[in-house]
Amino acid sequence: MIRKSALLTILIAVPLASPIQAAPPALPSGLSSGSNNSPEMPAGLTSAPSLPAGLSNESSTSDAFSNTDDSEMPFSINGFWEARGGHRTQSDPYERGTSIGETRLQLEMQKEFEHFTANLTTDLLYDTVDRDRHIDLEQGTGWLDLREANVEFSPVDLLDIKLGRQILTWGTGDLLFINDMFSKDWNSFFIGRDEEYLKAPSDAIKTSFFTSVANIDLIINPKFDADRYIDGRRISYYNPVMGEISGQNAVIETDQPDGSEVSVRIYQTVGAYELAVYGYDGYWKSPGGFDMTTGLATFPELAVYGASARGPLSKGIANIEMGYYDSKEDSSGDDPLINNSEFRFLAGYEQELIKDLTMGIQYYLEWLMDYDNYRDTLPIGSHSRDEYRHLLTTRLTWLTLNQNLQWSLFVFYSPSDNDAYLRPKVNYKIDDHWTAEAGGNFFIGKQDYTFFGQFKQNNNLFASIRYGF
Amino acid sequence: MKKTVRNRLTTALLSVGILTATNGAIAAPTADEIVNRTNYVAYYQGQDGKAKVKMTITDEQGRERSRQFVILRTDEPQTDSLENNAYKGDQKMYVYFSRPADVNKMVFMVWKHPGGNDDRWLYLPALDLVKRIASSDKRTSFVGSDFYYEDVSGRNLEDDHHELVSTDDNYYVIKNTPVNPDLVEFSYYTMYIHKETFLPIQTEYYDKNGVLYRTNKTLKVDTIEGFPTVTKSSMENLKTKSTTLMEYSKVSYNLGLPKEIYTERFLRKAPKKYLR
Repeated sequence: MIRKSALLTILIAVPLASPIQAAPPALPSGLSSGSNNSPEMPAGLTSAPSLPAGLSNESSTSDAFSNTDDSEMPFSINGFWEARGGHRTQSDPYERGTSIGETRLQLEMQKEFEHFTANLTTDLLYDTVDRDRHIDLEQGTGWLDLREANVEFSPVDLLDIKLGRQILTWGTGDLLFINDMFSKDWNSFFIGRDEEYLKAPSDAIKTSFFTSVANIDLIINPKFDADRYIDGRRISYYNPVMGEISGQNAVIETDQPDGSEVSVRIYQTVGAYELAVYGYDGYWKSPGGFDMTTGLATFPELAVYGASARGPLSKGIANIEMGYYDSKEDSSGDDPLINNSEFRFLAGYEQELIKDLTMGIQYYLEWLMDYDNYRDTLPIGSHSRDEYRHLLTTRLTWLTLNQNLQWSLFVFYSPSDNDAYLRPKVNYKIDDHWTAEAGGNFFIGKQDYTFFGQFKQNNNLFASIRYGF
Repeated sequence: MKKTVRNRLTTALLSVGILTATNGAIAAPTADEIVNRTNYVAYYQGQDGKAKVKMTITDEQGRERSRQFVILRTDEPQTDSLENNAYKGDQKMYVYFSRPADVNKMVFMVWKHPGGNDDRWLYLPALDLVKRIASSDKRTSFVGSDFYYEDVSGRNLEDDHHELVSTDDNYYVIKNTPVNPDLVEFSYYTMYIHKETFLPIQTEYYDKNGVLYRTNKTLKVDTIEGFPTVTKSSMENLKTKSTTLMEYSKVSYNLGLPKEIYTERFLRKAPKKYLR
């Protein structure tokens, strides 16, 4: 008891005593001291800090803040160089062992003119895995990937226009997309490229109107931009025709529509809550149909109507989003060669658990419409999808070493498909320019034909080194 | 005898002197008045403001990392009046990064609600992604520096008890003790506040054992458009032996920043003319 109270006394006494022991600061430059004839504090009780520059009596030599401006270049140029390599952790009869082996130089240029801004982002790529391919700016193959080439301007105050090749994103999901119908690059995502490559560019006209009631985005892709979909060249997949996992032995050939796509979003922030409604008229972005006469995969017509909300909840951020996928070429769901309509829903929540450790969770549902018709017309011997595909995701992000070393894990798990996809990654910022990264993509599934299960021969580990400038 | 009278007189005069001095002390501002004034000077001067910031983080081994960004700030209250602390209220901030390369063109936006949870967004240009971020512990590092998020955006005055422990020629020395000690890593902190400008010149944080472990110093002050402004400051963490130097340039006030800057529109399309 005595010891305890003594301890208490010390605990109380020490903090009280400390202000006297502490040395007050010198005034910084820029501040002048008052009448400075107070006696010096005796040794042991040390005196107050001296005034900093600017507060001292010396005539405020405001040598102005040197404008440490990066000298005004005619245009800004940034980018990075990186090398990235990866290997499958199991053999795949139809794919190479090397899952990724490439070096890339990204140059990002921006030039501001009086009435508009021009953006150009190009990736120059040397790819050892897919080296024989010619340049295809749609599919992103070959030695050049044009990420952005556009001009931005505001003809009137309440209107923004962005014209040309651009990356587009909206919606509230984390690596799950319902109303974001802009092109994705699933190959890049699964082989371990940087997450920014999940988004493929669109050639579009984006018009944004801003009013006090609501804001409207209208995006027109004059020509359909497909996803950079899984076609078997780099990632093996379940081929329903062959009834087995296939790869380069059965590369998907497609017949792409020439039509256009229109995407609309109307949104507003009410208090701290972001509300939006969405509309899309176009096509399934990855093959969603099959033409028996040509033997080509197709992109049937699709319309999507949806809504989302996002805002603070408890100590975190919650989001909810839904969308109805109207597969217009198979509205009754009895065409076995075209995707049925679907209702999709997601709800998510993210919170910082402890200092520098954040967790996000999501529930996602795909509800197949006209399920009876789907079952009735399904070719004999095909594996049927469930009416409801449930998916749970978790994202864990842990920042260490002054946020320079980031550990992350993203897990997709489907209790209905009984499969999962894990994305562990560690990223280290060596200094202001160099970044090293290592990670993996792991697919687990009992069946060969479920969404993630079909990719189980593509498990891979990768590492990269990047120099940013 | 005479001597005694004289002594008495002296004593009386001295007493008057002491009394006068005491009266002077009473007329001096209270601790709450001082910290409110400091809060205004440090975070709320002008209706809005802009600064270009360069941070240099130097670790124990002398390795340097830098951060460069422009910060825009607009106050919700339409006044700078200190009366009834009318200046105090919600604020909006827009932070546009240019260095290092991996955060170039990234934007961090905050709607600050003193006393409540802030709303925060992050814009990632490569993905054109507007991300809402969960409000974090306010005493976590701001962009990997030794400054905490709260040091940059301001700590809510109601979260501490303030006590004027001493006054000298230059400073009011204020001891700040947390109302809820479980929420913070310090047991108290001491601020040396410049009497004339009310700028905090040095802030010393003491850990739960009463040991000094973190020091914030104002290194340079400039008077800009009439506002005394810290243009160079440092934060040293005595435990990790890491120091961050923060240098401000192109500071200006009352630019008439449009409110729309703090919306999704300008996350996706940076308001260049205000960021130069």
